[in-house]
Amino acid sequence: MAIKLYGATGSTASLRVRACLAEKDLDYEFVSVDMSNKEHKSPQFLSRNPFGQVPAFEDGDLKLFESRAITQYLAHTYADKGNDLIVKDPKKMAVVGVWIEVESQKFEPAGSKLAWELAIKPIFGMTTDDTVVEENEKKLEEVLDVYESRLSESKYLGGDSFTLADLHHLPVLKYLMGTKAKRLFDARPHVSVWAAEIQSRPAWVKAITA
Amino acid sequence: MATSVTVYGPPLSTAVSRVLVCLLEKDVPFQLVPVSMAKMEHKKPDFIKMQPFGQVPAFQDDDITLFESRAICRYIAEKYPTQGTAGLYGTNPLVKASIDQWLEAESQSFNPPSSVLTFQLVFAPRMKLKQDEALIKLNEGKLVKVLDVYENRLGSSRYLAGDEFSLADLSHLPNTQFLVDKTDRAELFTSRKNVSRWWSEISTRPAWKKVVEMQNA
Repeated sequence: MAIKLYGATGSTASLRVRACLAEKDLDYEFVSVDMSNKEHKSPQFLSRNPFGQVPAFEDGDLKLFESRAITQYLAHTYADKGNDLIVKDPKKMAVVGVWIEVESQKFEPAGSKLAWELAIKPIFGMTTDDTVVEENEKKLEEVLDVYESRLSESKYLGGDSFTLADLHHLPVLKYLMGTKAKRLFDARPHVSVWAAEIQSRPAWVKAITA
Repeated sequence: MATSVTVYGPPLSTAVSRVLVCLLEKDVPFQLVPVSMAKMEHKKPDFIKMQPFGQVPAFQDDDITLFESRAICRYIAEKYPTQGTAGLYGTNPLVKASIDQWLEAESQSFNPPSSVLTFQLVFAPRMKLKQDEALIKLNEGKLVKVLDVYENRLGSSRYLAGDEFSLADLSHLPNTQFLVDKTDRAELFTSRKNVSRWWSEISTRPAWKKVVEMQNA
């Protein structure tokens, strides 16, 4: 199979790419990387991702890492397949590009730290650090306040249509919605509606059930 | 001169300088509107309308307003593909994918520790804030790991994404300039043979030298 994704089941970054592949209706082979046995630090894997992180990706001869670079590649290369994840008009796509960066620079840092503390640490029997939780809930709330304002004027973060700007949030959102951090989303009506809508997309449901 | 492009923010801001160097590389004329952070101009309602997080830069071109420096750079490079430095965002989709990959590596792996170090070592003293030694040590450790990856990569590739200077290299200019020029941690970069060679090449490009002049003005 031309498209291969090297990832791990619990990894938000791997799930980000899986969500994209599902939206684009693309067939691929998922190769599980055994992180508990440090396979992601093996020389063979480092040749795929020199930072020793999942996922790594290939499409024929093309090899890539960084989930958000992989999704951009898929969204543009397979523009004619599956659902649109970008927009054609350059000015509108520039605005989508802004909110793609907002997820990466603002939502991800706080969101992923919270997901780690509240959702993932408990799975491994590790103790949640309440100071880190408090600090990052505060940061996340500031971000969600901006989202609340944006989503009161725009159906999706990037504009009128669902794009990568929304999709990139799904993996961290999935973890947070199973924790007390859910209340931060519920407290903001437009954010709440948006979060519910994007999580109910058939492609997302398929990606997390596969 | 009537120009459609306006950048709002001080040139000393790493994010603002990222946009400025991109505009200069692409030979795109622009006007720079100063924003006094000391007077909290970036938190005032008029500015928040352009940048809802109250951060610099904000950017306008004709009727669109953008923020987030890397989004602005991508926009500029795509709008003016053949002008100025042509290969900045790649001339074909495969090269573009490689540039995106290293631009993401910059934003996810290089930027966090180098930003903390820049703030702690350069700006905190200027603002008369106490430096956090533990934070400095932690982030130096993280940066070293990233620079080791770069050292390896740049041993077999002239620039991060390939043979040509691209947005991926450009994005590193602001933080690295501060760390090499204004701190005692330059050796993090200069002691690594390939990183040092790469830094020397990208930092002496005329566009970046012009931005550094603007910062020191």
